[in-house]
Amino acid sequence: MAARFPHRITIFRLAVHLAALAPLVALLWDMWQGNLSVNPIQDITFRTGKAAMVLLTASLAVTPIVIVFGLQRVRKVRRALGLYAFLYAFLHFLTYAWLDYGWDLYLIRLEITEKLYVLVGFAAFLILIPLAITSTKGWQRRLKKRWLQLHKLVYPAGVLVMLHYIWVQKADIRQPLVWTGLLTLLLIVRLPSVRRWFTQRRHRKVAAQRAPHSLSKTKTLI
Amino acid sequence: MSYPKIPASEITPEHLYRSRRRFMKGAGAMAMAALLAACGVPSLKGQEAAEPALSGAGATPGTVPPTPLAGLTDELGDPANTWDEITHYNNFYEFTTKKTKVAQMAEGYPTEPWKVEVGGLVANPRTFDIDDLRKFGEEERIYRLRCVEAWSMVIPWVGFPLARLLKAVEPLSKAKYVRFQAVFDPDRLPGQRSKVYQWPYVEGLRLDEAMHDLTILATGLYGKPLPMQNGAPVRLVVPWKYGFKSIKSIVKIDLVEEMPVSLWMAAAPNEYGFYANVNPEVPHPRWSQRTERRIGERKRRPTLMFNGYAEQVAHLYANMDLRKNF
Repeated sequence: MAARFPHRITIFRLAVHLAALAPLVALLWDMWQGNLSVNPIQDITFRTGKAAMVLLTASLAVTPIVIVFGLQRVRKVRRALGLYAFLYAFLHFLTYAWLDYGWDLYLIRLEITEKLYVLVGFAAFLILIPLAITSTKGWQRRLKKRWLQLHKLVYPAGVLVMLHYIWVQKADIRQPLVWTGLLTLLLIVRLPSVRRWFTQRRHRKVAAQRAPHSLSKTKTLI
Repeated sequence: MSYPKIPASEITPEHLYRSRRRFMKGAGAMAMAALLAACGVPSLKGQEAAEPALSGAGATPGTVPPTPLAGLTDELGDPANTWDEITHYNNFYEFTTKKTKVAQMAEGYPTEPWKVEVGGLVANPRTFDIDDLRKFGEEERIYRLRCVEAWSMVIPWVGFPLARLLKAVEPLSKAKYVRFQAVFDPDRLPGQRSKVYQWPYVEGLRLDEAMHDLTILATGLYGKPLPMQNGAPVRLVVPWKYGFKSIKSIVKIDLVEEMPVSLWMAAAPNEYGFYANVNPEVPHPRWSQRTERRIGERKRRPTLMFNGYAEQVAHLYANMDLRKNF
Protein backbone atom coordinates (compact mmCIF):
# COMPACT_ATOMS: atom_id res chain seq x y z
CA MET A 1 0.00 0.00 0.00
CA ALA A 2 2.57 2.50 1.20
CA ALA A 3 4.96 1.57 -1.54
CA ARG A 4 2.74 3.11 -4.18
CA PHE A 5 3.33 6.58 -2.73
CA PRO A 6 6.64 8.34 -2.53
CA HIS A 7 8.03 9.24 0.91
CA ARG A 8 5.79 6.59 2.50
CA ILE A 9 2.72 8.77 2.37
CA THR A 10 -0.26 6.55 2.89
CA ILE A 11 -3.84 7.49 2.17
CA PHE A 12 -4.44 7.54 5.91
CA ARG A 13 -1.67 10.05 6.50
CA LEU A 14 -2.76 12.15 3.57
CA ALA A 15 -6.31 12.27 4.95
CA VAL A 16 -5.02 13.38 8.33
CA HIS A 17 -2.98 16.20 6.79
CA LEU A 18 -5.91 17.36 4.69
CA ALA A 19 -8.27 17.26 7.68
CA ALA A 20 -5.80 19.21 9.81
CA LEU A 21 -5.39 21.87 7.14
CA ALA A 22 -9.12 22.10 6.43
CA PRO A 23 -9.88 24.68 9.17
CA LEU A 24 -7.15 26.96 7.82
CA VAL A 25 -8.30 26.57 4.23
CA ALA A 26 -11.92 27.16 5.27
CA LEU A 27 -10.90 30.27 7.21
CA LEU A 28 -8.93 31.70 4.29
CA TRP A 29 -11.77 30.87 1.94
CA ASP A 30 -14.32 32.60 4.18
CA MET A 31 -12.10 35.67 4.43
CA TRP A 32 -11.60 35.67 0.69
CA GLN A 33 -15.34 35.35 0.06
CA GLY A 34 -16.27 37.87 2.75
CA ASN A 35 -18.12 35.26 4.77
CA LEU A 36 -16.76 36.44 8.10
CA SER A 37 -18.86 38.62 10.36
CA VAL A 38 -18.39 42.37 10.73
CA ASN A 39 -16.11 41.52 13.67
CA PRO A 40 -13.62 39.46 11.64
CA ILE A 41 -10.79 39.49 14.18
CA GLN A 42 -13.00 37.81 16.74
CA ASP A 43 -14.00 35.19 14.17
CA ILE A 44 -10.36 34.48 13.38
CA THR A 45 -9.56 34.28 17.10
CA PHE A 46 -12.37 31.80 17.77
CA ARG A 47 -11.71 29.64 14.75
CA THR A 48 -7.94 29.31 15.15
CA GLY A 49 -8.42 28.63 18.86
CA LYS A 50 -11.00 25.95 18.25
CA ALA A 51 -8.82 24.25 15.62
CA ALA A 52 -5.84 24.27 18.02
CA MET A 53 -7.97 22.73 20.77
CA VAL A 54 -9.41 20.02 18.52
CA LEU A 55 -6.02 19.08 17.04
CA LEU A 56 -4.34 18.98 20.43
CA THR A 57 -7.08 16.64 21.60
CA ALA A 58 -6.59 14.56 18.44
CA SER A 59 -2.85 14.29 19.08
CA LEU A 60 -3.62 13.17 22.63
CA ALA A 61 -6.01 10.55 21.25
CA VAL A 62 -3.27 8.70 19.37
CA THR A 63 -1.82 6.75 22.30
CA PRO A 64 -5.27 5.76 23.65
CA ILE A 65 -6.23 4.49 20.17
CA VAL A 66 -3.12 2.34 20.16
CA ILE A 67 -3.81 1.13 23.71
CA VAL A 68 -7.48 0.33 23.18
CA PHE A 69 -7.58 -0.83 19.56
CA GLY A 70 -3.97 -1.71 18.89
CA LEU A 71 -3.93 0.39 15.71
CA GLN A 72 -0.20 0.96 15.63
CA ARG A 73 -0.17 2.98 12.41
CA VAL A 74 -1.98 5.96 13.95
CA ARG A 75 1.30 6.59 15.78
CA LYS A 76 2.66 7.88 12.49
CA VAL A 77 0.43 10.96 12.58
CA ARG A 78 0.96 11.90 16.20
CA ARG A 79 3.75 14.37 15.57
CA ALA A 80 1.89 15.94 12.64
CA LEU A 81 -1.23 16.42 14.75
CA GLY A 82 0.79 18.02 17.53
CA LEU A 83 2.56 20.34 15.10
CA TYR A 84 -0.72 21.36 13.47
CA ALA A 85 -2.13 22.07 16.94
CA PHE A 86 0.90 24.28 17.53
CA LEU A 87 0.43 26.04 14.17
CA TYR A 88 -3.16 26.97 15.05
CA ALA A 89 -2.14 27.94 18.58
CA PHE A 90 0.51 30.20 17.09
CA LEU A 91 -2.00 31.81 14.69
CA HIS A 92 -4.41 32.18 17.61
CA PHE A 93 -1.72 33.90 19.69
CA LEU A 94 -0.75 36.17 16.78
CA THR A 95 -4.38 37.09 16.17
CA TYR A 96 -4.74 38.16 19.78
CA ALA A 97 -1.45 39.96 20.27
CA TRP A 98 -1.10 41.45 16.82
CA LEU A 99 -4.42 41.77 15.03
CA ASP A 100 -6.47 42.43 18.14
CA TYR A 101 -4.10 44.34 20.40
CA GLY A 102 -1.53 45.56 17.85
CA TRP A 103 1.36 44.48 20.15
CA ASP A 104 0.25 47.19 22.59
CA LEU A 105 1.99 45.66 25.59
CA TYR A 106 0.62 48.25 28.01
CA LEU A 107 -2.91 47.40 26.94
CA ILE A 108 -2.21 43.68 26.93
CA ARG A 109 -0.72 43.85 30.44
CA LEU A 110 -3.75 45.76 31.72
CA GLU A 111 -6.11 43.28 30.16
CA ILE A 112 -4.17 40.21 31.24
CA THR A 113 -4.35 41.18 34.89
CA GLU A 114 -8.13 41.13 34.57
CA LYS A 115 -8.48 38.24 32.18
CA LEU A 116 -7.18 35.10 33.80
CA TYR A 117 -8.20 32.99 30.85
CA VAL A 118 -5.73 34.81 28.61
CA LEU A 119 -2.89 33.88 30.95
CA VAL A 120 -4.04 30.28 31.08
CA GLY A 121 -4.15 30.07 27.29
CA PHE A 122 -0.77 31.77 27.01
CA ALA A 123 0.74 29.30 29.47
CA ALA A 124 -0.51 26.42 27.32
CA PHE A 125 1.03 28.06 24.25
CA LEU A 126 4.37 28.53 26.04
CA ILE A 127 4.40 24.85 26.94
CA LEU A 128 3.79 23.87 23.32
CA ILE A 129 6.76 25.88 22.02
CA PRO A 130 9.57 23.58 23.31
CA LEU A 131 7.50 20.56 22.38
CA ALA A 132 7.19 21.78 18.80
CA ILE A 133 10.91 22.59 18.62
CA THR A 134 11.99 19.21 19.96
CA SER A 135 9.51 17.25 17.89
CA THR A 136 12.17 16.18 15.35
CA LYS A 137 13.91 12.80 15.27
CA GLY A 138 17.23 14.52 15.97
CA TRP A 139 16.00 16.05 19.19
CA GLN A 140 14.37 12.79 20.15
CA ARG A 141 17.77 11.10 19.83
CA ARG A 142 19.66 13.83 21.63
CA LEU A 143 17.31 14.05 24.61
CA LYS A 144 16.90 10.28 24.93
CA LYS A 145 14.86 9.46 28.03
CA ARG A 146 14.33 13.08 28.86
CA TRP A 147 12.47 13.59 25.56
CA LEU A 148 9.57 11.52 26.85
CA GLN A 149 9.59 13.38 30.16
CA LEU A 150 9.57 16.71 28.35
CA HIS A 151 6.75 15.72 26.05
CA LYS A 152 4.58 14.64 28.96
CA LEU A 153 4.11 18.38 29.42
CA VAL A 154 1.46 18.11 26.74
CA TYR A 155 -0.92 16.77 29.42
CA PRO A 156 -0.90 19.94 31.56
CA ALA A 157 -1.06 21.94 28.31
CA GLY A 158 -4.23 20.07 27.36
CA VAL A 159 -5.77 20.74 30.76
CA LEU A 160 -4.90 24.45 30.53
CA VAL A 161 -6.42 24.63 27.04
CA MET A 162 -9.71 23.21 28.33
CA LEU A 163 -9.76 25.64 31.24
CA HIS A 164 -9.11 28.46 28.79
CA TYR A 165 -11.93 27.19 26.58
CA ILE A 166 -14.41 26.93 29.47
CA TRP A 167 -13.56 30.37 30.87
CA VAL A 168 -13.96 32.16 27.60
CA GLN A 169 -17.65 31.20 27.30
CA LYS A 170 -20.33 33.72 28.12
CA ALA A 171 -22.53 31.34 30.09
CA ASP A 172 -23.24 28.11 28.23
CA ILE A 173 -20.31 25.74 28.80
CA ARG A 174 -21.85 22.53 27.47
CA GLN A 175 -19.56 22.27 24.46
CA PRO A 176 -16.29 22.87 26.34
CA LEU A 177 -17.44 20.34 28.94
CA VAL A 178 -17.86 17.71 26.22
CA TRP A 179 -14.28 18.31 25.06
CA THR A 180 -13.01 18.37 28.63
CA GLY A 181 -14.77 15.05 29.22
CA LEU A 182 -13.10 13.61 26.13
CA LEU A 183 -9.68 14.83 27.25
CA THR A 184 -10.27 13.34 30.69
CA LEU A 185 -11.03 9.95 29.12
CA LEU A 186 -7.91 10.19 26.96
CA LEU A 187 -5.82 10.86 30.06
CA ILE A 188 -7.48 8.11 32.10
CA VAL A 189 -6.65 5.48 29.45
CA ARG A 190 -2.98 6.34 30.04
CA LEU A 191 -3.09 5.49 33.74
CA PRO A 192 -0.82 2.41 34.17
CA SER A 193 -3.54 0.19 35.61
CA VAL A 194 -6.09 1.14 32.93
CA ARG A 195 -3.50 0.80 30.22
CA ARG A 196 -2.52 -2.64 31.45
CA TRP A 197 -6.14 -3.76 31.55
CA PHE A 198 -6.69 -2.74 27.92
CA THR A 199 -3.41 -4.25 26.71
CA GLN A 200 -4.10 -7.56 28.46
CA ARG A 201 -7.62 -7.65 27.08
CA ARG A 202 -6.32 -7.06 23.59
CA HIS A 203 -3.57 -9.66 23.91
CA ARG A 204 -6.01 -12.21 25.27
CA LYS A 205 -8.17 -11.70 22.20
CA VAL A 206 -5.24 -12.06 19.85
CA ALA A 207 -4.04 -15.16 21.65
CA ALA A 208 -7.50 -16.67 21.65
CA GLN A 209 -7.69 -16.21 17.90
CA ARG A 210 -4.27 -17.72 17.24
CA ALA A 211 -4.40 -20.64 19.66
CA PRO A 212 -7.71 -20.95 21.44
CA HIS A 213 -6.63 -24.05 23.38
CA SER A 214 -3.18 -23.00 24.54
CA LEU A 215 -3.12 -20.99 27.76
CA SER A 216 0.66 -20.95 28.09
CA LYS A 217 1.00 -18.94 24.91
CA THR A 218 -1.35 -16.29 26.24
CA LYS A 219 0.84 -15.91 29.29
CA THR A 220 3.99 -15.39 27.32
CA LEU A 221 2.29 -12.73 25.27
CA ILE A 222 1.34 -10.80 28.37
CA MET B 1 -27.51 67.23 23.29
CA SER B 2 -29.08 67.64 19.89
CA TYR B 3 -29.96 64.95 17.42
CA PRO B 4 -30.42 65.23 13.67
CA LYS B 5 -34.08 65.04 12.81
CA ILE B 6 -33.69 63.93 9.20
CA PRO B 7 -34.17 60.19 8.73
CA ALA B 8 -30.79 58.66 8.09
CA SER B 9 -32.03 56.65 5.15
CA GLU B 10 -32.37 59.91 3.28
CA ILE B 11 -28.81 60.96 4.01
CA THR B 12 -26.90 57.84 3.11
CA PRO B 13 -28.00 55.96 0.02
CA GLU B 14 -28.15 52.26 0.61
CA HIS B 15 -25.52 51.36 -1.99
CA LEU B 16 -23.02 53.33 0.03
CA TYR B 17 -23.56 51.31 3.16
CA ARG B 18 -23.18 48.24 1.06
CA SER B 19 -19.94 49.23 -0.59
CA ARG B 20 -18.48 50.02 2.81
CA ARG B 21 -19.60 46.64 3.98
CA ARG B 22 -17.81 44.98 1.08
CA PHE B 23 -14.65 46.82 2.00
CA MET B 24 -14.86 45.64 5.58
CA LYS B 25 -15.21 42.04 4.46
CA GLY B 26 -12.06 42.33 2.43
CA ALA B 27 -10.27 43.96 5.32
CA GLY B 28 -10.52 40.88 7.49
CA ALA B 29 -9.02 38.81 4.73
CA MET B 30 -6.20 41.28 4.27
CA ALA B 31 -5.41 41.23 7.96
CA MET B 32 -5.18 37.46 8.02
CA ALA B 33 -3.16 37.42 4.83
CA ALA B 34 -0.70 39.79 6.45
CA LEU B 35 -0.57 37.52 9.44
CA LEU B 36 0.19 34.53 7.27
CA ALA B 37 2.76 36.42 5.26
CA ALA B 38 4.65 36.93 8.49
CA CYS B 39 4.62 33.21 9.12
CA GLY B 40 6.22 32.51 5.77
CA VAL B 41 2.96 31.47 4.14
CA PRO B 42 2.49 33.28 0.82
CA SER B 43 -0.20 35.90 1.12
CA LEU B 44 -3.18 35.78 -1.16
CA LYS B 45 -2.99 39.25 -2.53
CA GLY B 46 0.70 39.93 -2.40
CA GLN B 47 2.08 43.19 -1.12
CA GLU B 48 -1.13 45.04 -0.41
CA ALA B 49 -1.78 42.60 2.39
CA ALA B 50 1.26 43.81 4.26
CA GLU B 51 -0.67 46.84 5.52
CA PRO B 52 -3.65 45.60 7.43
CA ALA B 53 -4.56 49.06 8.71
CA LEU B 54 -8.24 49.78 8.59
CA SER B 55 -8.63 53.41 9.26
CA GLY B 56 -12.35 53.39 8.58
CA ALA B 57 -14.30 55.04 5.83
CA GLY B 58 -11.66 57.66 5.09
CA ALA B 59 -9.17 55.16 3.73
CA THR B 60 -11.62 53.28 1.57
CA PRO B 61 -10.38 52.80 -1.95
CA GLY B 62 -12.41 53.00 -5.10
CA THR B 63 -16.05 53.89 -5.33
CA VAL B 64 -16.73 55.07 -1.81
CA PRO B 65 -16.48 58.81 -1.18
CA PRO B 66 -14.12 59.93 1.60
CA THR B 67 -16.88 60.39 4.17
CA PRO B 68 -19.86 58.36 3.05
CA LEU B 69 -21.62 58.73 6.37
CA ALA B 70 -20.97 62.43 6.83
CA GLY B 71 -23.54 64.03 9.09
CA LEU B 72 -24.46 60.76 10.70
CA THR B 73 -22.27 60.61 13.77
CA ASP B 74 -22.78 60.33 17.47
CA GLU B 75 -22.25 63.43 19.59
CA LEU B 76 -18.56 62.48 19.96
CA GLY B 77 -18.14 62.67 16.19
CA ASP B 78 -17.83 58.95 15.52
CA PRO B 79 -19.65 57.70 12.41
CA ALA B 80 -22.66 55.47 12.66
CA ASN B 81 -22.21 51.84 11.76
CA THR B 82 -23.75 50.69 8.50
CA TRP B 83 -27.16 49.13 8.13
CA ASP B 84 -25.51 45.82 7.25
CA GLU B 85 -23.23 45.86 10.26
CA ILE B 86 -26.09 46.65 12.62
CA THR B 87 -28.45 44.09 11.12
CA HIS B 88 -26.04 41.19 10.58
CA TYR B 89 -24.17 40.94 13.86
CA ASN B 90 -26.78 40.36 16.53
CA ASN B 91 -26.98 38.70 19.89
CA PHE B 92 -30.50 37.30 19.98
CA TYR B 93 -30.28 33.95 21.74
CA GLU B 94 -33.99 33.28 21.19
CA PHE B 95 -33.00 32.51 17.60
CA THR B 96 -29.42 31.29 17.89
CA THR B 97 -26.21 32.07 19.71
CA LYS B 98 -24.49 32.62 16.34
CA LYS B 99 -24.44 36.37 15.78
CA THR B 100 -24.17 36.15 12.00
CA LYS B 101 -27.07 33.70 11.67
CA VAL B 102 -29.71 35.73 13.51
CA ALA B 103 -30.69 37.93 10.56
CA GLN B 104 -31.44 34.97 8.34
CA MET B 105 -33.37 33.11 11.04
CA ALA B 106 -35.37 36.19 12.03
CA GLU B 107 -36.53 36.86 8.50
CA GLY B 108 -40.29 36.69 8.17
CA TYR B 109 -40.96 36.53 11.89
CA PRO B 110 -44.50 37.88 12.35
CA THR B 111 -44.52 41.13 14.32
CA GLU B 112 -48.08 42.07 13.47
CA PRO B 113 -50.32 42.15 15.36
CA TRP B 114 -48.23 42.93 18.43
CA LYS B 115 -49.38 44.01 21.86
CA VAL B 116 -47.39 45.50 24.67
CA GLU B 117 -49.15 45.09 27.97
CA VAL B 118 -48.20 47.75 30.52
CA GLY B 119 -49.33 47.16 34.08
CA GLY B 120 -48.29 46.30 37.59
CA LEU B 121 -48.15 49.14 40.10
CA VAL B 122 -49.83 51.74 37.89
CA ALA B 123 -53.07 53.69 38.12
CA ASN B 124 -53.84 53.32 34.45
CA PRO B 125 -52.82 49.93 33.04
CA ARG B 126 -52.99 49.79 29.25
CA THR B 127 -52.24 47.61 26.28
CA PHE B 128 -50.58 49.26 23.32
CA ASP B 129 -50.17 48.16 19.76
CA ILE B 130 -47.27 49.50 17.73
CA ASP B 131 -49.29 52.33 16.18
CA ASP B 132 -50.28 53.46 19.69
CA LEU B 133 -46.60 53.45 20.67
CA ARG B 134 -45.60 55.49 17.61
CA LYS B 135 -47.96 58.21 18.84
CA PHE B 136 -45.51 58.84 21.69
CA GLY B 137 -43.24 60.31 19.03
CA GLU B 138 -40.55 59.19 16.63
CA GLU B 139 -37.17 60.84 16.86
CA GLU B 140 -33.73 59.72 15.78
CA ARG B 141 -31.26 58.99 18.59
CA ILE B 142 -27.73 58.12 17.57
CA TYR B 143 -26.37 56.04 20.45
CA ARG B 144 -23.29 53.99 21.13
CA LEU B 145 -24.09 50.38 21.96
CA ARG B 146 -21.43 48.60 24.00
CA CYS B 147 -21.77 44.85 24.23
CA VAL B 148 -20.54 43.06 27.35
CA GLU B 149 -18.42 40.98 24.91
CA ALA B 150 -16.28 44.10 24.34
CA TRP B 151 -17.43 45.20 20.89
CA SER B 152 -19.45 48.30 20.13
CA MET B 153 -21.39 50.09 17.43
CA VAL B 154 -22.93 53.51 16.81
CA ILE B 155 -26.60 53.03 15.97
CA PRO B 156 -29.17 55.53 14.68
CA TRP B 157 -32.32 54.37 16.46
CA VAL B 158 -35.79 55.76 15.95
CA GLY B 159 -37.84 55.86 19.10
CA PHE B 160 -39.27 57.83 21.98
CA PRO B 161 -38.36 58.32 25.64
CA LEU B 162 -39.73 55.51 27.79
CA ALA B 163 -40.68 58.18 30.33
CA ARG B 164 -43.58 59.25 28.09
CA LEU B 165 -45.12 55.82 28.17
CA LEU B 166 -44.54 55.43 31.90
CA LYS B 167 -46.21 58.79 32.61
CA ALA B 168 -49.19 57.72 30.51
CA VAL B 169 -49.82 54.70 32.74
CA GLU B 170 -49.31 56.72 35.96
CA PRO B 171 -46.94 54.73 38.21
CA LEU B 172 -48.05 54.39 41.83
CA SER B 173 -45.73 55.66 44.54
CA LYS B 174 -44.94 52.08 45.57
CA ALA B 175 -43.39 51.37 42.14
CA LYS B 176 -39.59 51.31 42.38
CA TYR B 177 -38.54 49.26 39.37
CA VAL B 178 -39.63 48.51 35.84
CA ARG B 179 -39.66 44.93 34.65
CA PHE B 180 -39.57 44.17 30.92
CA GLN B 181 -40.48 40.87 29.36
CA ALA B 182 -39.73 39.79 25.80
CA VAL B 183 -41.73 37.59 23.48
CA PHE B 184 -42.07 33.91 24.46
CA ASP B 185 -42.71 31.74 21.42
CA PRO B 186 -40.70 28.49 21.51
CA ASP B 187 -42.46 27.23 18.37
CA ARG B 188 -40.87 29.95 16.28
CA LEU B 189 -37.89 30.77 18.51
CA PRO B 190 -35.72 27.64 18.58
CA GLY B 191 -33.35 29.05 21.20
CA GLN B 192 -36.20 29.09 23.70
CA ARG B 193 -36.49 25.31 23.50
CA SER B 194 -33.09 25.05 25.17
CA LYS B 195 -33.09 24.88 28.93
CA VAL B 196 -29.74 26.63 29.34
CA TYR B 197 -31.52 29.89 30.01
CA GLN B 198 -34.79 30.62 31.77
CA TRP B 199 -37.02 32.01 29.06
CA PRO B 200 -38.57 34.44 28.41
CA TYR B 201 -35.90 37.13 28.42
CA VAL B 202 -36.48 39.50 31.31
CA GLU B 203 -34.74 42.75 32.08
CA GLY B 204 -35.22 45.52 34.60
CA LEU B 205 -34.42 49.12 35.38
CA ARG B 206 -34.70 51.23 38.47
CA LEU B 207 -37.59 53.68 37.98
CA ASP B 208 -35.26 56.72 37.81
CA GLU B 209 -33.15 54.96 35.17
CA ALA B 210 -36.29 54.15 33.22
CA MET B 211 -37.48 57.76 33.45
CA HIS B 212 -34.15 59.17 32.24
CA ASP B 213 -34.41 61.00 28.93
CA LEU B 214 -31.68 58.85 27.33
CA THR B 215 -33.73 55.69 27.91
CA ILE B 216 -35.87 55.03 24.87
CA LEU B 217 -38.17 52.48 23.38
CA ALA B 218 -37.01 52.05 19.80
CA THR B 219 -39.26 51.08 16.93
CA GLY B 220 -36.95 51.95 14.07
CA LEU B 221 -33.42 51.95 12.74
CA TYR B 222 -31.94 54.21 10.06
CA GLY B 223 -35.38 55.72 9.55
CA LYS B 224 -36.92 52.33 8.77
CA PRO B 225 -38.97 49.95 10.89
CA LEU B 226 -36.80 47.89 13.20
CA PRO B 227 -35.79 44.55 11.63
CA MET B 228 -36.64 41.50 13.75
CA GLN B 229 -32.98 40.69 14.43
CA ASN B 230 -32.66 44.08 16.14
CA GLY B 231 -35.70 43.49 18.34
CA ALA B 232 -38.79 44.32 16.28
CA PRO B 233 -41.28 45.70 16.71
CA VAL B 234 -40.23 47.49 19.89
CA ARG B 235 -37.18 47.25 22.11
CA LEU B 236 -35.54 49.05 24.96
CA VAL B 237 -32.35 51.06 24.42
CA VAL B 238 -30.35 52.13 27.48
CA PRO B 239 -27.12 53.44 25.97
CA TRP B 240 -25.03 53.68 29.15
CA LYS B 241 -25.53 50.02 30.03
CA TYR B 242 -24.17 46.87 28.40
CA GLY B 243 -26.21 45.82 25.40
CA PHE B 244 -27.92 42.88 27.09
CA LYS B 245 -29.93 45.32 29.23
CA SER B 246 -31.59 46.67 26.08
CA ILE B 247 -34.21 43.93 25.83
CA LYS B 248 -35.67 43.17 22.42
CA SER B 249 -39.20 42.41 21.16
CA ILE B 250 -40.99 43.52 24.32
CA VAL B 251 -44.50 42.20 25.08
CA LYS B 252 -44.90 43.21 28.72
CA ILE B 253 -43.81 46.08 30.94
CA ASP B 254 -44.62 46.00 34.65
CA LEU B 255 -43.95 48.50 37.38
CA VAL B 256 -42.90 46.62 40.47
CA GLU B 257 -41.68 47.19 44.00
CA GLU B 258 -38.86 44.63 44.12
CA MET B 259 -35.75 44.54 41.93
CA PRO B 260 -36.57 42.22 39.01
CA VAL B 261 -34.30 39.24 38.34
CA SER B 262 -33.13 39.39 34.73
CA LEU B 263 -32.42 36.36 32.59
CA TRP B 264 -28.70 36.99 32.82
CA MET B 265 -28.77 37.50 36.58
CA ALA B 266 -30.54 34.14 36.88
CA ALA B 267 -28.05 32.47 34.53
CA ALA B 268 -24.85 33.71 36.21
CA PRO B 269 -25.52 35.96 39.22
CA ASN B 270 -21.85 36.58 39.96
CA GLU B 271 -21.11 37.67 36.39
CA TYR B 272 -24.09 39.70 35.23
CA GLY B 273 -25.53 42.19 37.67
CA PHE B 274 -28.73 44.18 37.73
CA TYR B 275 -27.10 47.51 36.93
CA ALA B 276 -24.67 46.40 34.18
CA ASN B 277 -23.45 49.95 33.65
CA VAL B 278 -20.64 50.23 31.13
CA ASN B 279 -17.60 50.69 33.32
CA PRO B 280 -13.97 50.20 32.27
CA GLU B 281 -12.90 50.04 35.93
CA VAL B 282 -15.07 47.06 36.79
CA PRO B 283 -14.04 43.94 34.88
CA HIS B 284 -16.32 41.07 34.09
CA PRO B 285 -15.18 38.23 36.41
CA ARG B 286 -13.44 36.54 33.50
CA TRP B 287 -12.52 39.33 31.14
CA SER B 288 -11.56 42.98 31.15
CA GLN B 289 -13.87 45.79 30.08
CA ARG B 290 -11.15 48.42 29.57
CA THR B 291 -11.19 48.42 25.81
CA GLU B 292 -13.57 47.59 23.03
CA ARG B 293 -13.56 47.03 19.30
CA ARG B 294 -15.81 49.43 17.46
CA ILE B 295 -17.20 47.32 14.64
CA GLY B 296 -15.52 48.46 11.43
CA GLU B 297 -12.40 49.76 13.14
CA ARG B 298 -8.98 48.18 13.16
CA LYS B 299 -7.69 49.38 16.53
CA ARG B 300 -9.27 48.81 19.88
CA ARG B 301 -10.48 51.92 21.65
CA PRO B 302 -10.71 52.64 25.36
CA THR B 303 -14.12 52.02 26.88
CA LEU B 304 -15.66 55.17 28.33
CA MET B 305 -17.27 55.44 31.76
CA PHE B 306 -21.02 54.91 31.35
CA ASN B 307 -20.25 54.41 27.66
CA GLY B 308 -19.55 58.14 27.31
CA TYR B 309 -22.83 59.24 28.92
CA ALA B 310 -21.35 59.92 32.38
CA GLU B 311 -22.32 63.60 32.32
CA GLN B 312 -25.96 62.70 31.88
CA VAL B 313 -26.25 59.63 34.11
CA ALA B 314 -23.49 59.54 36.75
CA HIS B 315 -25.73 61.33 39.26
CA LEU B 316 -28.08 58.33 39.25
CA TYR B 317 -25.36 56.32 40.97
CA ALA B 318 -23.95 58.88 43.40
CA ASN B 319 -22.86 57.22 46.66
CA MET B 320 -23.17 53.76 45.12
CA ASP B 321 -20.33 51.27 45.08
CA LEU B 322 -20.27 50.37 41.39
CA ARG B 323 -18.05 47.36 42.05
CA LYS B 324 -20.69 45.85 44.29
CA ASN B 325 -23.57 47.05 42.15
CA PHE B 326 -22.13 45.81 38.88
